Amino acid sequence: MRQTRPALLLIAPSIIFMAALFLWPLIAGVTQAFHGPDGPTTQYVRRMADDPYFWEALRNTALLIVVLIPLQFALAIVMALLMRERPRFAGLHFYIWVVPLAISDLAAGLVWLSIFTDRGYLNSVLDGLGIPTYSWLSFEHPQTMFLAVVVAELWRATSLVFVIVIAGLQGVPRDYDEAASVFGATYWQRVRHVILPQLRPSLQVALILRTILALEAFAVAQALTGRNFPLLVGETYQWYYQLQNPNVATAIALVVLALSIVAAVGYLRLMRP
Amino acid sequence: MKLKVQLACAAITLFMGAPLYLITLAALSSRRSLNEFPLSLLPTSLSGETMSTFLQSTGILGGLLNSLTIGLSTVALSLLIGLPAGYAMARYAFKGRDPYQLALLLTRALPIVVLSVPLARIFLDTGLYDTTYGVTLLHTALALPTTILITSAIFLGVSREQEEAAMIFGASPLAAFARVVVPQALPGIAASAMFTFVLSWNEVLGASILTLNRRTLPAQVLATLADSPLAFRFAGGLALVVPALIFIAVARRYLLNMWGTTLR
Repeated sequence: MRQTRPALLLIAPSIIFMAALFLWPLIAGVTQAFHGPDGPTTQYVRRMADDPYFWEALRNTALLIVVLIPLQFALAIVMALLMRERPRFAGLHFYIWVVPLAISDLAAGLVWLSIFTDRGYLNSVLDGLGIPTYSWLSFEHPQTMFLAVVVAELWRATSLVFVIVIAGLQGVPRDYDEAASVFGATYWQRVRHVILPQLRPSLQVALILRTILALEAFAVAQALTGRNFPLLVGETYQWYYQLQNPNVATAIALVVLALSIVAAVGYLRLMRP
Repeated sequence: MKLKVQLACAAITLFMGAPLYLITLAALSSRRSLNEFPLSLLPTSLSGETMSTFLQSTGILGGLLNSLTIGLSTVALSLLIGLPAGYAMARYAFKGRDPYQLALLLTRALPIVVLSVPLARIFLDTGLYDTTYGVTLLHTALALPTTILITSAIFLGVSREQEEAAMIFGASPLAAFARVVVPQALPGIAASAMFTFVLSWNEVLGASILTLNRRTLPAQVLATLADSPLAFRFAGGLALVVPALIFIAVARRYLLNMWGTTLR
């Protein structure tokens, strides 16, 4: 094509930059995980697998994704449908609903810590109502610890799905919806058969993105529970920082990468029209 | 139906908004009132004591400064590299455009953790470890694909005819870009810059792994989390949340563009 040369000049810096900061570390990472002082080795991978925390973290991460993502998508779709009804104070609602977009998972963990901690706001409210208080984040109560992480993540990350679904809804012409309603379709029939099918591409993108981001969650659990609720990326941090072993840390990181790829490819196949 | 919609909206706003209110309340309560139980849900004993103790703790002010430096440098660097690429994507139909766009999208699927640990080794060898430059490079890499995609969407919205008209009247391509395109694209570019800043401000894992002494604010909070009192953690929570409130208020118009459509 005629205009290839100036365009290539303009994109060249970005290509060089991304090769240096994506490709190079990726290759270096694989080397780090599988290459010891005396040539190729699986010792780091074995050390990773021998650590009981690794399996617990893997289980917790999987559990978090399985419980969180359906809840999150249900809530986000409801939120988007509510916005479509043009409620009063829509601007204010919208602002509050999207604020968490710009909140980090560490901050979200600290925010919910003020609620779930032993002498926090939730127990204060319970006490005020005359209900006995409960140690939500104690390691003796793994169920409520998990619940706290799910609620904090639901609070923080649902807005991303919401925004993607809202953007998708803007592409759904209202006429279709109105036509269906003229022919006597109920609200739920319209949602099920008119709106949701057209949202499919947006939902697919949101699903891939959210799953990959959920695989990376760790600071929220760190802030709420310390290491009592280990997650995969939190374990990389532990191995790197506390145990000073970057090789095992990279091995776990590669597990996260592999899971991300599997999730993305899986969704793409599953949701092929 | 209408009433149900209003009630549902109010319920969701309560769920999304109440934690923001409570962390603000906690961070603005005095240390003494935070030790009481039950905690008051109303702002009865507001005090700047908890926040100012937090800001005076070791490493916090430095962390704040590092976060600002890294955030602003990331914005500058990602615009420097990203704007020309975004412009090329919007204006030229060049060979390799589709694979390039696909590569941009794919890099978003790469977990930060996979890059951070090997980068720490590379930075140790090149002298970039524990510097604000190193973290800036990582954050720019994370922000660059989004910057390119957003700015290309913005440039698509700027009329090509006006740019060509300027060139017909003797402006050089660079002058036409600077005086015709940039002014029109400026609000969108500003929104994209803020997106980049927030991304850098929030990123904690990479910043933790790539630094030891020059920690960013979130990295400092995370590193001292286990040994710090609750009041410190609440204050840290508020300090991390405030930029989000401002950013969303200012950039609301561009949200759908940034997180919605460009993600496709």
